[in-house]
Amino acid sequence: MSQYFHSVTLDKSLCKGCTNCIKHCPTEAIRVTGGKSHITEERCIDCGECIRTCANHAKSALVDGFERLSEFDYRIALPPPAFFGLWKPQSEIPVACARLLSLGFDEVFEVALAADVVAEAIRLLIEDDNHPRPYISSACPAVIRLMQVRFPSLLPNLIPLEAPIEIAAALAKEEAMARTGLPPDRIGAFFLSPCPAKVTAIKQPVGRSRSNLDAALSISEVYGAIARMPASKVKPITIRATPAGISWGGAGGEAKATRIKAAVSVDGIHSVTQVLDEIERGRIQDIQYIEAQACVGGCLGGCLVSQNPFISKVRLVAAAETYGAKQPAVQPVEVGRLLGDHRLSFDHRIEPRPVMKLDADLAKALAMMRDLEKTLETLPGLDCGACGCPSCRALAEDIVRGNALKTDCIFLLRQRVRELAEEMVDLARKVPPAMGQQTPEPAAGDTAGERAQETTGGGRDDSR
Amino acid sequence: MPNGTGSERMFSLEFTVEGMDFAAAGDVAGNLKRALQQIGLDPGTVRRACIVVYEAETNIVIHAYRGRITMEVSTEGISIVAEDQGPGIADVELAMREGYSTAPQHVREMGFGAGLGLPNIKRSADELDIQTKVGVGTKVRAFINIRRPESGGGS
Repeated sequence: MSQYFHSVTLDKSLCKGCTNCIKHCPTEAIRVTGGKSHITEERCIDCGECIRTCANHAKSALVDGFERLSEFDYRIALPPPAFFGLWKPQSEIPVACARLLSLGFDEVFEVALAADVVAEAIRLLIEDDNHPRPYISSACPAVIRLMQVRFPSLLPNLIPLEAPIEIAAALAKEEAMARTGLPPDRIGAFFLSPCPAKVTAIKQPVGRSRSNLDAALSISEVYGAIARMPASKVKPITIRATPAGISWGGAGGEAKATRIKAAVSVDGIHSVTQVLDEIERGRIQDIQYIEAQACVGGCLGGCLVSQNPFISKVRLVAAAETYGAKQPAVQPVEVGRLLGDHRLSFDHRIEPRPVMKLDADLAKALAMMRDLEKTLETLPGLDCGACGCPSCRALAEDIVRGNALKTDCIFLLRQRVRELAEEMVDLARKVPPAMGQQTPEPAAGDTAGERAQETTGGGRDDSR
Repeated sequence: MPNGTGSERMFSLEFTVEGMDFAAAGDVAGNLKRALQQIGLDPGTVRRACIVVYEAETNIVIHAYRGRITMEVSTEGISIVAEDQGPGIADVELAMREGYSTAPQHVREMGFGAGLGLPNIKRSADELDIQTKVGVGTKVRAFINIRRPESGGGS
């Protein structure tokens, strides 16, 4: 239970046990058992695909509540770049940011400012010829977790830099400590998260032992709280991020901000999977940088964002142009210094997570794999999901692992029932001589045909 | 179609590949990757095996009429045999050269036929043997050793 934290959670009372979510999970982490969806903790990467596909809204992202503000003496709100895309064109975004202070924050620190820093750092790093190509962005935690599970051989390709949210929190706390004189543990960094993956990245980071952020609020909850506020005069906040840093929040923003020409921007976890497949096969020689985001539309498409990502993309770009700072808050020289001091890098290696492994013992795993393929041959191959597994192959895997039965397949079950019924009819016809049997049963095909009709109304044997 | 046969300590997969079936190119490698990850081989070995199979299957798709790929995984390594009925390779040495390709223009326009197939296979495999007969077909045999960082994997 405590080994894994997951933001993606299930409300059992809302789950009808339909099989929509199991089909869309990129790591086949979900099964439906006992009429309810069940997430295998070690496989879940918190991408939020199941939240998006659940028509009953039984899946949701666990976030922190506003009450957590009271735990700190000084509270910093960290809105992501995507925050800028949520507002209608006529909205004054510096005012919207200022209203965050009315919610109980003492300061607003834009993550977009750190996106400027990361973009500059990537430009500096990309010159390193010893690094495997292409570089893969490490900004989306769901993509990192996907790679740990399904593309472990590509982990060395990751940009060895923390995501902007971590860097933003570190810079924000440093500034706040200098300004307030408070110890770091009295300063709370609150991220306004667009997705469950980032919530998990804060609660259980992969590239570091502890996050610089203290809590994750839902971006839409915060948006709602600000939007509901009565109009009042507030002092607008000066936006310190450049248009490039702000645009980072939408798909294609990273490639734009880093100004790398040979960059691929891919969004949506299934499209990301396809591009990673291509890289793994050595098919992408001419590309330097891969911007990969799990959500369609990038962070604007996160499942905690209620706006349509395609519309908010336009607003994000417009807001960036209108409000973005002309000069970066952190000068390139300073970025170089931070990079040199390892202030921007992960503090530990991102390791593969071989959760698909059937057994730790190679010989045993081989034997299980043989059984799996044999079992798969007996399954209908319809991937209907009625067994609660995303595919026939996944059922075969579960059977081999001892977590499922062959008869979980309704087609095999039906076949078994039919065979039993046929046998019963067969037996019922075997009347003992004392009860009036006259001649032994003829072996001709006409009675067999009759029988099939009696039992199932024409089974698949007749189709020959 | 996959075929799960093989002796006691072996796991094997077999697929047929049709020439010019570009939509299916990559299916065999995808299936192998999944199986090898479930078997629990290290990421580097999985990747090398998949590159070999991917290049072998695209070679059949691009150049041959049809072919068959057999993969056998044992505790020692992964054996890959790709056998096709096709034009054969006139000059193997030339074909092993990076950038050399006999793929037609329309295939290159799809992003294939960059002349990296056999060189990639050679780079990724620990053993490689190519037998070919012009006008008959080609048989590529490759072997990839299993690297086992933690001992106790066998028996």
